[in-house]
Amino acid sequence: MGEWRATAASMEDPEISSISHVTMSPSRHNHVSVYSLPLSKSSYNVISAFCTEDNVPRCITYLNQELSSLGLSMCIEAGSPEGASLNAVPAINAMYELLQIHRQNMCTLEEMEEEQLKKLSTFEHMQTSNSRLKDQLELLMREKSGLHETERQLQLKIKTLQSCLKTEKEEVQKLQSIIASRASQYSHDAKRKEREALKLKERLSQLLVDRKEKKLAIDVLNCLGRSDGKRSLWRTAKLTASHESEMYKTLLGDYEASQKALLLENAELKKVLQQMKKEMMHILTPRQKSTSGASADDGQQQVDSDEAKAGDTSREALDQSCELAREQLLNSIRQQWRKLRNHVEKLDQASQVHNQMESNKETIPLETHEDEMERMRQEVQQCREFIHAQQQLLRQQLNTSFDDETAALLNDCYTLEEKERLKEEWKLFEEQKRNFEKERNNFTEAAIRLGREKMAFEEDRAAWLKNQFLNITPFTDRRRCSSSDGQSALSIMMC
Amino acid sequence: MNFSEVFKQSNQLCKVSPDGKYLATCVQYRLVVRDVSSLQILQLYTCLDQISHMEWSSDSLFILCAMYKRGLVQVWSLEQPDWHCKIDEGSIGLVSSRWSPDGRHILNTTEFHLRITVWSLCTKAVSYIKYPKACQKGIDFSRDGCYLALAERRDCKDYVSIFVCDDWHLLRHFETETQDLAGLEWSPNGCVLAVWDSCLEYKVLLYSLDGRLLSTYSAYEWSLGVKSVSWSPSSQFLAIGSYDEKVRILNHITWKKIVQFEHPAAIDNTKATVYKEVERRPAVVSEELSLHNITMGSTLFNTQSKYEICSLPVQIPVVKPDPDRANPKIGVSVLTFSSDSRYLATKNDNMATAVWVWDMQKMSLEAVLEHTSAVRCFLWDPRRPRLALCTGNSKLYLWSPGGCVSVQVPVEGGFQVQSLNWHCSGDSVILLGKEQLCLCYMDTDQEENS
Repeated sequence: MGEWRATAASMEDPEISSISHVTMSPSRHNHVSVYSLPLSKSSYNVISAFCTEDNVPRCITYLNQELSSLGLSMCIEAGSPEGASLNAVPAINAMYELLQIHRQNMCTLEEMEEEQLKKLSTFEHMQTSNSRLKDQLELLMREKSGLHETERQLQLKIKTLQSCLKTEKEEVQKLQSIIASRASQYSHDAKRKEREALKLKERLSQLLVDRKEKKLAIDVLNCLGRSDGKRSLWRTAKLTASHESEMYKTLLGDYEASQKALLLENAELKKVLQQMKKEMMHILTPRQKSTSGASADDGQQQVDSDEAKAGDTSREALDQSCELAREQLLNSIRQQWRKLRNHVEKLDQASQVHNQMESNKETIPLETHEDEMERMRQEVQQCREFIHAQQQLLRQQLNTSFDDETAALLNDCYTLEEKERLKEEWKLFEEQKRNFEKERNNFTEAAIRLGREKMAFEEDRAAWLKNQFLNITPFTDRRRCSSSDGQSALSIMMC
Repeated sequence: MNFSEVFKQSNQLCKVSPDGKYLATCVQYRLVVRDVSSLQILQLYTCLDQISHMEWSSDSLFILCAMYKRGLVQVWSLEQPDWHCKIDEGSIGLVSSRWSPDGRHILNTTEFHLRITVWSLCTKAVSYIKYPKACQKGIDFSRDGCYLALAERRDCKDYVSIFVCDDWHLLRHFETETQDLAGLEWSPNGCVLAVWDSCLEYKVLLYSLDGRLLSTYSAYEWSLGVKSVSWSPSSQFLAIGSYDEKVRILNHITWKKIVQFEHPAAIDNTKATVYKEVERRPAVVSEELSLHNITMGSTLFNTQSKYEICSLPVQIPVVKPDPDRANPKIGVSVLTFSSDSRYLATKNDNMATAVWVWDMQKMSLEAVLEHTSAVRCFLWDPRRPRLALCTGNSKLYLWSPGGCVSVQVPVEGGFQVQSLNWHCSGDSVILLGKEQLCLCYMDTDQEENS
């Protein structure tokens, strides 16, 4: 609450000078005082603009309106009905109230300023902490990525170590299985040897006990001669030496044979190589002559080939023995082969380029190809038609040549032939049947005869047996005997 | 193809004489000699005990019959049936007996391989060879009959002795660089001796006739090694079959491996033909199942089978061997070259139903023959590139470059073919069953394709 000086006199005096004396205390804010200063300076002008001697009641009513709008109950009254004077008390009250309001506003303003300051400081604080946290976050992110990287590398290492471990395990297993098989083989062999030793021991003990040793001996009817017919020789040093020489002769013979074979093979291969070289040279040289632009390179190659040709003849003389000659031959072959290969590659490239660039040329052969195809198709069509026509004609001929009469006649011919054949077969059949009948009759007759004979034989047999029996018994009739004897003898003869 | 009638034999002892005229079979303790073309019995000899081993001499004049239990060897003469010879080894026992190439000496290996006794039929003289080694193949005669190579073991070291068969003179005696020598074999030209180590170490050594080491070959270490070795008849190649199911071929000039043949279970990407034996059971009608039919014709139950060409890829059945047992049934155990060295037939033990035929000119697989049961025996014709096989059933299988065929042996009561032998002319095959034998005469024209 500041002090103010107000002179009543000045109030009455509507002159601005009274108001101009209204000043603030220094405790107030500057801008208030600043506010007041220009107010004081220009206040006279402003106030004078607002209120003059004429518009006092109007000003009063306006002020009352404003006061009521601010919520103050106090209102300024006019001192006198006309004239520019104010009732001091309400005016002072109103002023007091306004001052109160103003003070309150100042308080709130102060408070608010304080708050704002506080808020500013907290805001700053938060900003700093925010930035600090951001930095920390960044740092942590970097650390995390670093850790990720190390983790990945460690994982890779683990994988490689695991694979190494697996291979090592496999190898260990393999070695173990090898060891196991070897061990079982060893134990098997050891057991076998042990069994044999046991048998030996048993045998030995048996022999020691059973002193009657069976001597070993050979028992031959007569000695044989040697298989080759020669006599055997005494074993002397000469014989030993001859054995040795025999052995060496066989060995030498074998070596010579294999060497001969190898020489032959070698000679053949050399011949083939020579021929290949000649052919390669032959293939290369005419090309080189024909290619235009006798460049130094070509000339060089020609010279080379000429040299090679010259050297060839002399080389053939050395062919048989020299290591150097062999190397030279191989080198020259390799050289020629390289040339040939390059040449072929060049040709390939050229032909490719040729194909790409001059595609027109291809269309011409293509056209001719098409023409050929067309012509051939036409020919095929013609042939087909021809064949078709021929077939038709043939069918016509076959059909028309058979008008009814001739057809009937032909049919008749065929059936006649068949009839004849059938007749013949019937004849044969009848004959065979007759033969069968005859044979059957013979058979039955023979059977009947056989039956009769059998019956007769049986009767005879019975009679003979009876006779025999009667003969055996002592009380026989001589007469009956002799007759039955004769009968039986007869029957025997018949049989 | 004609089949003869069935004869009795025991112990799978049935051999054709080297000149191809006679066939000798053993029936218990009797030795029966027949004529090959007519199969009539020409001679009959009786031995003192059951015959364990029988062998013709090289000149086809004598037959050796060994009775291991009694320790006796009896020799019979074809020209003079009255001639007899008996060799008694005494208490020292007998484990094996064989002729020398000249047909006049007999080599007996005593029990426990204590020594080899060489009996001379010309002079009744005896020689001894000490410390022979008891191994897979410890003794081999060269093809021309001049030299004998013998494996010996003294003081835990392996040696090879080379003898001249004329007078049994020791030509060379050298130590070999093997841990435990398992076998040795002369090359057909008689100039190189191949020596291989036991399966615990893969090592093949090549010695020349005069005892120099020419070359050593070792394909890998530690795993089980060589299972079988075979020379080609031209002496050009040496085929080595090993436990890793591969065959490696060495050439005779450099003694280096020129090619390796593998036996994969899944065959793919090859120009070879795969023949598979396909069985077809005949439809049995119930009226025919009378007792008469069952007893008379086991042909009713004989399954018909023929070869069919399979398209690739083909899977061959594999039997995994027991890992704990020694000498596992895995790896190439049989290698045979055809007589012209053109083809090589192999058998891998864990694919026992299949026979693989390789072309040596192209160095690639030519054919695979797969059967319904394990292949027991297969041999090349001595004259032509023709392979005869048997799998223990009543069929004879033949393969040639033109095709292959399976033939039922038309014997009543069934005939399980367990092994076979070619006649030296290649015109007939002797089929051996358990107690029977049968001859199969080939037609001279080619067989038809399956």
